[in-house]
Amino acid sequence: MTVKDNILIEVKNIKKSFTNLHTIEDISLVLEKNQFVSILGPSGCGKSTLFDVIAGLEKPDRGFVFIDGRQFNGRTGRVSYMHQKDLLFPWATILNNVCIPLILKGYRRKDAAVKAMEHFPAFGLEGFEKSYPCQLSGGMRQRAALLRTYLFADDIMLLDEPFGSLDAITRKKMQMWLLKIWEQINASILFITHDIEEAIFLSDKIYVLSERPAIVKKTFKIDIKRPRDGKIFTSAEFNKIKKQIFELLY
Amino acid sequence: MKNGLKNKIYPLIFFAVVLGMWEIISAAGIFAAYILPSPIAILVSLFTDFKNMGGHILITLYETFAGFFIAVFLSVIIALIMDSAITVKKTLYPVLIISQTIPIIVLAPLFIIWFGYGYIPKIIIVILICFFPVTVSFLQGLSTADRELVDLMRSMGAGRYSVYRFVKIPSAMPAFFSGLKIAATYSIMGATIGEWVGGKSGLGVYMIRAKHSFATDKVFAAILVITVLSIIFLKIIELAEKKYMPWLRIAGDVYIEEKQEI
Ligand SMILES: Nc1ncnc2c1ncn2[C@@H]1O[C@H](COP(=O)(O)OP(=O)(O)OP(=O)(O)O)[C@@H](O)[C@H]1O
Ligand SMILES: [Mg+2]
Repeated sequence: MTVKDNILIEVKNIKKSFTNLHTIEDISLVLEKNQFVSILGPSGCGKSTLFDVIAGLEKPDRGFVFIDGRQFNGRTGRVSYMHQKDLLFPWATILNNVCIPLILKGYRRKDAAVKAMEHFPAFGLEGFEKSYPCQLSGGMRQRAALLRTYLFADDIMLLDEPFGSLDAITRKKMQMWLLKIWEQINASILFITHDIEEAIFLSDKIYVLSERPAIVKKTFKIDIKRPRDGKIFTSAEFNKIKKQIFELLY
Repeated sequence: MKNGLKNKIYPLIFFAVVLGMWEIISAAGIFAAYILPSPIAILVSLFTDFKNMGGHILITLYETFAGFFIAVFLSVIIALIMDSAITVKKTLYPVLIISQTIPIIVLAPLFIIWFGYGYIPKIIIVILICFFPVTVSFLQGLSTADRELVDLMRSMGAGRYSVYRFVKIPSAMPAFFSGLKIAATYSIMGATIGEWVGGKSGLGVYMIRAKHSFATDKVFAAILVITVLSIIFLKIIELAEKKYMPWLRIAGDVYIEEKQEI
């Protein structure tokens, strides 16, 4: 297998402006098979916009999005995309919420439920199938949203600050959990975050973006060996990278 | 629960006081019975004449439900069309609003000229009364559906149909039900107006006949029946609302604690 075959997403020189807001100047990035790649950047620099472009919801003004080597500008439905907010449907139970992508793919309701239920234990949602989103804590809602994302496409997932709204403790727990589950599922993940530690802990590679209009300021390869656990937060290697990114950003 | 009772107790007391005063005034003989019959006399005539009234009630209910369901059906279809085709919405919306300024009472005689004294003109009046609130509230509900939820559906490759099925229609349900409640409240009255203007049977006709024979107690009894039926109809809609939108009832009610181990 050549390097080229390993590339799932290639974003080439994307530029995107809104009517009077120049958001993304020039961003290129690569996501390889089974990689966890983070995008780190200041608030409002265009990270979510970049995901909208990759997911096909927005068309870039310039540049290309290649997925599996094919051009995907403005085409939706290939990758799964978890938005910054959990966006669970308040009127549907957790089970019905996570079944939606399967039903869209043509599963019958019953088959969708069976398939979705298999994943409830791993996502820490067992016993909450019939609950409504408003009954769940923030962490559980995020896991439900993540399960829905995963059930749509389990090979390439775009996660936009999935833990951004959680408190520090829940957030740490969720990071550990995500890492554990990611090691089991063979997915390739593009991950947006504000949080330098979160990015280093989870990723193989980090793209650090500039202020708006955004360009890639620098790319970091994180070679801390896997499987990782909570201990690496205090390791020298971890803190060296953290210092470099910190200096780059502030 | 406690709060609900507390909120109900004041109007109940007020109502009881008004009824009591009414009874006293009537018993004192200030007004003749054919001007203002006493509450007890009204209840008595309701029971004694119920055999006669029952048939009329059924007719009125039939017209009401026929009109109500036809109106809801049309409203849903037309609101969906208006929501999905912006030009249709722009064309029809002003027409809808203007149509509301025409008083039903002037249309009723026209319908009788066109459709005769049967059920049809009454059903049409009920349709006209119910159509507007249901269409407008449903339409509003559809158009205020959360954009981000729609985008999420699109990112999962959903077509128009799925967007409506999974996002737009469910998020329009609360507005839809408030429209239904308004429609339910006025629908029985609508049918009665239709009968009043010209008909062979129904509560409106019953009232006209009672009026002509100066049986004012029967007129009041009919009013009472219309009020009670309207309230029951409204309550049925509220029950359906609770049943079909359990998430609204649950919201903020029970909160499940996060499991410690994940
Ligand atoms: N559809 C749109 N039309 C106009 N402006 C938009 C649109 N979407 C986003 N923007 C603007 O583009 C800029 C970048 O937005 P974006 O959401 O991509 O930033 P972000 O990096 O994800 O920020 P955050 O870290 O706060 O989530 C913001 O100033 C935003 O207001
Ligand atoms: Mg964002």
